[in-house]
Amino acid sequence: MADAALFEFLHTEMVAELWAHHSDPGPGGQKMSLSVLEGMGFRVGQALGERLPQETLAFREEVDILKFLCKDLWVAVFQKQMDSLRTNHQGTYVLQDDSFPLLIRMASGLQYLEEAPKFLAFTCGLLRGTLCILGIKSLVTASVASLPTCKFQVVIQKT
Amino acid sequence: MSRQANRGTESKKMSSELFTLTYGALVTQLCKDYENDEDVNKQLDKMGYNIGVRLIEDFLARSNVGRCHDFRETADVIAKVAFKMYLGITPSITNWSPAGDEFSLILENNPLVDFVELPDNHSSLIYSNLLCGVLRGALEMVQMAVEAKFVQDTLKGDGVTEIRMRFIRRIEDNLPAGEE
Repeated sequence: MADAALFEFLHTEMVAELWAHHSDPGPGGQKMSLSVLEGMGFRVGQALGERLPQETLAFREEVDILKFLCKDLWVAVFQKQMDSLRTNHQGTYVLQDDSFPLLIRMASGLQYLEEAPKFLAFTCGLLRGTLCILGIKSLVTASVASLPTCKFQVVIQKT
Repeated sequence: MSRQANRGTESKKMSSELFTLTYGALVTQLCKDYENDEDVNKQLDKMGYNIGVRLIEDFLARSNVGRCHDFRETADVIAKVAFKMYLGITPSITNWSPAGDEFSLILENNPLVDFVELPDNHSSLIYSNLLCGVLRGALEMVQMAVEAKFVQDTLKGDGVTEIRMRFIRRIEDNLPAGEE
């Protein structure tokens, strides 16, 4: 069983490597790196979701699925629960983590705010991928006002 | 069985698969980014090295092992403490060279390759090469220059996975002139 620290170390190195490889100075380059990271997170999220047994998937309502992400998925990936979940009851959810582990090593406050998006892209994809397997199509974005607090916004796409 | 108990098991299982799945996604991406397997192998080694130089601090802080006095002690610590702590497996140590400067780590199961099959056009890919870089980087930080390489790989049809470790030299601390 792989230790949790290994994932964090791997993630940090992945961000550095993919950033270096995919970025060019123009704005287009940045976006491509973020979408590469997001895509990887998406596939991992799908794979994690696929391995859940059927009983776990018997959710009654959409909000139960979001709660599952905030508790079970977050504990499995980050050894803590999401700190808050809010919704407008119209398909938009905001998941807030007050001390997001992948940002903790980066110092707190406003320093490195610019760097934060690259450390969130994989996780956004992870959420989107797990939701996908649970039957929900979504758009997931993240925002950071002040490290290490961040918010993940999940917007359910109605088909 | 209560729902709470189910939840705990699921979290644990997801957690152990997370690293393996993420590593797989990384290798897949690198295969897209680089034209040939050799370049992917180099990249995995380099990334592993970067991880290793930071991992060693985490390891030393959590494991409380003291300084190793020779390569044999080092081998024991790598197999019985480090691999156990980070990957949950204990490789066996075999094939010591007469001079005591080379040994093999034999992994019956390699957690990185769960769910993995190498596609036909990647026969030169050393899938788990990150591990070699990690070993090299971590040991460099404790003043040992080593070479680590895979000599057997279950992904390529071998019965076990074998990493050969070779001690190159001790790295002397470089102190500024005038200091003791």
